[in-house]
Amino acid sequence: MKWVASGLRTGIKTTAYPRGAENAPGVTPGLPLGAALGEHAATLAERCPTHALAHAQGKISVDYRRCVHCYRCARGVPQPLAWKPGYEWAGSRGGNELGAPFARSIHVLVVDAGDCGACLNEVRQLNNPYYNMHRLGFFITPTPRHADVLLVVGPVTDHMRAALKKIYDAMPTPKRVVAVGACALSGGVFAESFVCGKGVAELLPVDVEVPGNPPPPLAILHGLLVAVGRAAPAALASSGS
Amino acid sequence: MDCAALKDRIEAGWPGRVRCRLDAGARVNEVTCERVLLAELCARLFHDWDCVFAGLIVEEGADAWQLRYVFYGERDAGWVHVLVAAPLADSVFPSIAVEAKVFAADWHEREAEDLFGVHFEGHPRLGDFVLHDDAWQEGVEPMRRGFDAAAALRDRRPAADWRPRRVVQESGAFVLPIGPKFSGVAESVHFQLETVGEDVIRSWTRLFYKWRAVEKLAEGKRVEDALLLAERFAATTAFAHGLAFCQAVEAIARASVPPRARVLRVFLAELERLRQHAGAIQEICESTALVVANSQAGLLEEDLLRASGELTGHRYLFGLLAPGGLATDLATEACREALGEAQGVVARLDALERRLKVSSSFLDRIEEVGVIFPRTARAYSLVGPVARASNLARDLRRAQPYLGYESFEFDVPSEQEGDGYARLRVLFAEARQSLRIMEQAAAALREGAVQAPVALVAGAALGWVEAPRGATFHWVRLDDQARVARYRAVTPSFTNWHSFHLGAERFAFQDFPIILSTFDLSAAENDR
Repeated sequence: MKWVASGLRTGIKTTAYPRGAENAPGVTPGLPLGAALGEHAATLAERCPTHALAHAQGKISVDYRRCVHCYRCARGVPQPLAWKPGYEWAGSRGGNELGAPFARSIHVLVVDAGDCGACLNEVRQLNNPYYNMHRLGFFITPTPRHADVLLVVGPVTDHMRAALKKIYDAMPTPKRVVAVGACALSGGVFAESFVCGKGVAELLPVDVEVPGNPPPPLAILHGLLVAVGRAAPAALASSGS
Repeated sequence: MDCAALKDRIEAGWPGRVRCRLDAGARVNEVTCERVLLAELCARLFHDWDCVFAGLIVEEGADAWQLRYVFYGERDAGWVHVLVAAPLADSVFPSIAVEAKVFAADWHEREAEDLFGVHFEGHPRLGDFVLHDDAWQEGVEPMRRGFDAAAALRDRRPAADWRPRRVVQESGAFVLPIGPKFSGVAESVHFQLETVGEDVIRSWTRLFYKWRAVEKLAEGKRVEDALLLAERFAATTAFAHGLAFCQAVEAIARASVPPRARVLRVFLAELERLRQHAGAIQEICESTALVVANSQAGLLEEDLLRASGELTGHRYLFGLLAPGGLATDLATEACREALGEAQGVVARLDALERRLKVSSSFLDRIEEVGVIFPRTARAYSLVGPVARASNLARDLRRAQPYLGYESFEFDVPSEQEGDGYARLRVLFAEARQSLRIMEQAAAALREGAVQAPVALVAGAALGWVEAPRGATFHWVRLDDQARVARYRAVTPSFTNWHSFHLGAERFAFQDFPIILSTFDLSAAENDR
């Protein structure tokens, strides 16, 4: 009884997203915005360790698949890039094979393919009362046989390749793959070596891409909403114009 | 005993046969000995002279191996680095895990054998450790200098007939395999539980599914790029590992960190510890299916993630550290706000602990399970909350202070029982101590620079930090272009996972997830 009372006393904590915006401070690290920087563009692009920044004619463009939140474009430079707040970052590749019947009930299988722990920890937060993804009809399942969506974090290490492929093959169709985090999208700081490739798409057909290092819980939620056609996908790059 | 007295003892023990060089400033005794003396010397250090085994660092020189066995004592006793060398062609060393009974060295030797191809005589279980035998053939030695880390290894000849070892041979005995993919949101690890019925008789953990070869990838990189790897290989404790790396680099360059940066580093390190402990408490509540407690602890972890994000821009404190201090200053006012948030969280953690202590259904699940006896904790040189719950009250912030921790007042909580409940109580108590330190740090903040220039030179040094999960040691060697020539990270999950099987055996199947959660182990941190 004491537990019930203490639970009730806590009140409702759940975010308004996706019906409204979530503006609480600290829910997202943001992402850098492309910009016209003139002569500084080349030096700034060189600072980026994962080549997420490219420059042409004095303009910086950002490839969000590669951004690892090192802040080198934001700190210690004369003309830093502005970072946009927000969290609706997920991009989509191709159509939605799941269709309407799945829109309000999907079972998600989460596979760690070499994650550093941060993406996985942000996925874990989706079950805390702030995000409570059950209210949207999203459930985590431990078995591929019940899964509609495969959510992969990590750059896909050599030792996880076989397991990941087996898991995907064991899922019934229709199914979608959501790749979460810079490592899953591009290999991040671990690409490219004898034990890590350039992300999930080398092995499986990826449908939804959620950038970030790690993407905050709301961005992962957006990715799942995109996967079932309940939210519009975002662009995975910022061009600077 | 201080480090000078230790030097005398070592020299008196093997007159003329060991060379001992004391760096009094760093309190490091570098002892060079022959291979035949290694086990004897390590045994004396570990069993008689109260030195703890920190780790083994293997380095491949131009024509010789150098193996560095790092030990440390309390405060003035300082550090002992035992060095043995051998020509590259002659790579057989005694196993100190076996001969000197320094069990903590067991996994270090296995890793070195797998990745470098050096052999440890008498070690009973070499092979199939970091490099899985069903994925790689013997003879692949990726940490060797000639191995190209950037290129995929074309010649792959995995063992087709690889089968896990089974020990329990009894009619009705069976193996329950778990993972690498198991449970809802869990890291990739494989467990095998052997049983003849209810109780786990033997458990075996297969790790390194997530091996990203971070130590190899760091080689040849500039310091600032290797720092990205140090921060990102185990990002739930990113700040602690980044800090250990930076401290190693600063020790090489003999750079001093400005006072404001030191205090801010302490503040952030304790914020990270508090957040990680709140997360560990949440996982323990989740594993016992205590729904309300799970939700409430989940709120606390998210509150601290948000406070970290608001203060620094990043929820996991990425991008703040730089050799010589911090890459950016934080407003003193913002630190005070984050402190206010942390105070609120700790007050609610206290309330949660009070309710858990009187919830008998919860206590039934967590008391007297997963017991690690104090003698085991000592024999395995365990670290962090796991060790402190088994009456081993060792903490690097006390034993070998860094960042000025000696000027902060805090306790090192410990418990006697070594069971799951003791580990939980240590987590709660440490969260309170972290807040105490954060309060003192916030009060000690004075205006000033946050980054000092660092003139990089060739050299090598050890950086150490009491990370949230326990002691971590980062060895960095820079070449004359100031590129990383060797990086080695000894992590608390690697150290503690070595003993986990002892906690899991003798208990029932249904206790397994609970025991696992109370150890708060990270596969990312172990695998690197």
